[in-house]
Amino acid sequence: MDQILQHGLNGVVLGGTYALLGIGLTLIFGIMRVVNFTHGELYAFGAYLAYLFVALLHLDFFLSIALAALAGFALGALIELLLLRPLRSNDIDTVMLVMIGAWIALQNGEQFVWGGVAKLVPSPFAQEPLVIGPVSVLPLRLFVLGATLVLLVGFYWLIDRTRLGMAMRATFQDRDTAALMGVDVRGIYTLTFALGSALAAIAGALLGPIFLVNPTMGNLVGLKAFAIVILGGLGNITGATIGGFVLALVEEFGAGYLSSEYRDAFGFLVIIAVLALRPQGLFALKGRVG
Amino acid sequence: MSARLGGLLFLALAATLPLWLREPYFLAILTSTSIFIIAAISLNLLLGFTGQLNLGQAAFFGIGAYTSALLSLGFEVDIGLPSPVVVDPKPVWIAFVGAVLVSGLFGGLIGKLAFRVRGAYFVIVTISFAEVMRMVALNWVDLTEGPMALNNIPPLSVWWPGAGVTALVTKAHQDWLVLAVGAVCYFLVARMVRSRMGRALIALRENEPLARSVGVRVTHYLVVATVVSAAIAGAAGALYAHCVRIVDPDVFLFIYTVTMVIMVVSGGKGTLAGPVVGGLIFGLMPQALRGTAPPEVQWIIYGVGIILIVFFLPRGIVPAVADLARLRLPRPRSRTAKVAP
Repeated sequence: MDQILQHGLNGVVLGGTYALLGIGLTLIFGIMRVVNFTHGELYAFGAYLAYLFVALLHLDFFLSIALAALAGFALGALIELLLLRPLRSNDIDTVMLVMIGAWIALQNGEQFVWGGVAKLVPSPFAQEPLVIGPVSVLPLRLFVLGATLVLLVGFYWLIDRTRLGMAMRATFQDRDTAALMGVDVRGIYTLTFALGSALAAIAGALLGPIFLVNPTMGNLVGLKAFAIVILGGLGNITGATIGGFVLALVEEFGAGYLSSEYRDAFGFLVIIAVLALRPQGLFALKGRVG
Repeated sequence: MSARLGGLLFLALAATLPLWLREPYFLAILTSTSIFIIAAISLNLLLGFTGQLNLGQAAFFGIGAYTSALLSLGFEVDIGLPSPVVVDPKPVWIAFVGAVLVSGLFGGLIGKLAFRVRGAYFVIVTISFAEVMRMVALNWVDLTEGPMALNNIPPLSVWWPGAGVTALVTKAHQDWLVLAVGAVCYFLVARMVRSRMGRALIALRENEPLARSVGVRVTHYLVVATVVSAAIAGAAGALYAHCVRIVDPDVFLFIYTVTMVIMVVSGGKGTLAGPVVGGLIFGLMPQALRGTAPPEVQWIIYGVGIILIVFFLPRGIVPAVADLARLRLPRPRSRTAKVAP
């Protein structure tokens, strides 16, 4: 029983960051119809920036995470303006190829700049685990969980309660009508991509101190983000949030009780199973964001 | 007609290359490039002629490599049956045929599963499939040796009149065999594309609902195309296993699929010559860059290369060159009599 609780807690901590990753990707797909292969690289980008700011420039840990998110936002906006805006009228496969090219270039750029040796981001939290009843957890992980929950709530507020969120939802439902109603659709696209990228970068900055930072870390995470998005139904934000937690729990319990070697395979088996049995995703809501 | 002549000339040139290019290093490059061209031809059948972006092609390549290597080495594995499954070493050509069959079988399975969905979903299913295969190869150590890799894979062998079965250990002989397999695959795809089935595939690429409405059995043809494509990729993988003579789980890496995609897209997807042209460029370029740039810079060039090709040559090199050639030839009058806008 204690073990179940411990696995559950670990899964929830990991699930928060998975949810951030999934939301960013599903938002970009839902609003822009772009299969974003650079998502995992933005995650790695965030983690490397956390390393740069904390370990090399000795900035404050919390400030560094915020700066990493801002840089992710800027890089996302740049990718959108340079690569996606000119290809707006092209089909989804063409855009997908460009994103694959950008993915390869970004990943190897990271390898070129930082080298292949894994980096560790130091954190200001104590290394002794907190023991809460039957389970124990590192303070750093609790902070990550708290931060992701705050971000998730903030994101829902942005989408549900602000004019900007309303414009994004309108663009998602019908971009032509939204444009006629005076929504700057092109601006919304850039903002959506930048926002999704910022979420990936902040997920990387938050997980950087827990796991090691290396140039290929984005590959697996990028594919897992796709698994989360498919689990929740493409374009469905609530689905992606739930999907993030579900995938993390599946991985955690699967690794604990079935096979730790195949831990990373569970996500892909989930994808294949979902698409074979229920291609619209587990939580399909028709044509809605939020 | 001239295209066919050009193709035969190209084949003749490639076949005589080992006679005057005696440096084993260059021949090894030529062989590995040819193997990748075969893989690119297999990808082009799906990506180019049916429009389905299969990003798991490396899975079929890897399955072919592992199947052929395991059959020719023999293996013993316990899969929960009362007694372990024991397979004695088989001659290389039987292993090769086995690899083609097993890859084709997996192609059929994945095709049946994946073609319930299209577009982004299809892409992600195929990536996931390759990734799962890589993890199986990495973790099923009893069968695949995991990260220790399968070593000492026997070289390719052929039956030769008067000499019986001989192993092809020289680079030139290997190169000829790879070239022969490549030519067979090329003509197989060419035949398929020009058949009734090829027209059906192209019809569904251009307009699936319309193709469906006139009675084209869309899913059936897609699955058949996937089986053939997977079998050809498996043949390429088997050739790879016996030429390089070591196979590790990295053959399933996504980067190999990406290499095939670049070859097809840059050469011209949906053209027969496209994968060959693209394959030559992107197969030989890394070798040319090897001395001057570290691998990550090479990959950056690859990545930027894809983006530039999509922006400036969206249809690929072969159609662009064909357009140029057509412009320079005097056009028949009836074609030029267009209404000015």
